[in-house]
Amino acid sequence: MNKQNITVLVGGIFFGFGLAYSGMTKQEIVLSFLQLKDLGLIFVMGGAALVTFFAVNVVPRYLKTPLLGGKFKPRRALLSRNVIIGAIIFGVGWGLSGQCPGSAVASLGTGNIAVLVGLGAMFVGAYLRGLLDKQ
Amino acid sequence: MFPLGIEPYLVGGILAGIGVSLIYIATGLHATQSSFFTTTLSWFLKRKHFQKESNIEERTWRLFLATGLVIGALLYTLTLSPTGFWNTSVQIWRLALGGLLVGFGTRLSQGCTSGHGISGLASLSTTSLYAVIVFMGVAIATANIIQLIGVSP
Repeated sequence: MNKQNITVLVGGIFFGFGLAYSGMTKQEIVLSFLQLKDLGLIFVMGGAALVTFFAVNVVPRYLKTPLLGGKFKPRRALLSRNVIIGAIIFGVGWGLSGQCPGSAVASLGTGNIAVLVGLGAMFVGAYLRGLLDKQ
Repeated sequence: MFPLGIEPYLVGGILAGIGVSLIYIATGLHATQSSFFTTTLSWFLKRKHFQKESNIEERTWRLFLATGLVIGALLYTLTLSPTGFWNTSVQIWRLALGGLLVGFGTRLSQGCTSGHGISGLASLSTTSLYAVIVFMGVAIATANIIQLIGVSP
């Protein structure tokens, strides 16, 4: 284990603890958000994005490189048809099952064994995406 | 609008953001989730899509990230959780079909709730903003249609 992997593990622990604390790991709570019965979930993504906004936009003004080396690079992707078509397909899956990738992985830690089915299916979906990629 | 209050959501979101920020400040990596499926498959599949250099580079730390998520949620369940271990009652076919679409869609879109929703928005990416608006809108519509036709849980 190098320093990078240990740091990622520790950051992941905060991430997973936060997801479980917020209820994101419970598909029923996610679905009640998407059915507009409980709008609290907007604060999960909002709160996380706000904190991360400072890390991505403010911290690099005072720190030339990341503490363990490497480079600061904001996450930008080019807009393409695939980004939007993919988002539509993802939206159907999220709305149908209440699972998204991070929350499904974290959900395992809450004892939610049923979500293994969803995670297995996500791997199959990612595999099918690879089959369709002509590159 | 907020039957459970906003405290758990806001605190949980901030904790998740601290995790993502810690990783970014220390390593410059974006702790996003959906790439994990593709990079993990690169251990088993020869196809070029999976064998891209970036997948090989990222696959180890992404496994650590996923492990961290599970440990973090486990720690919460063992300490602060009012309900302890828990299992969803959402029907298996919904988890399976939904998961399939989530896996395919997030990889085609190159981001999910964390990639576009946290790291992308925090990076002020307009691409991610469009993606978030689309997947949120479609998910809200889908969840309501499912409820309307009487599928529960």
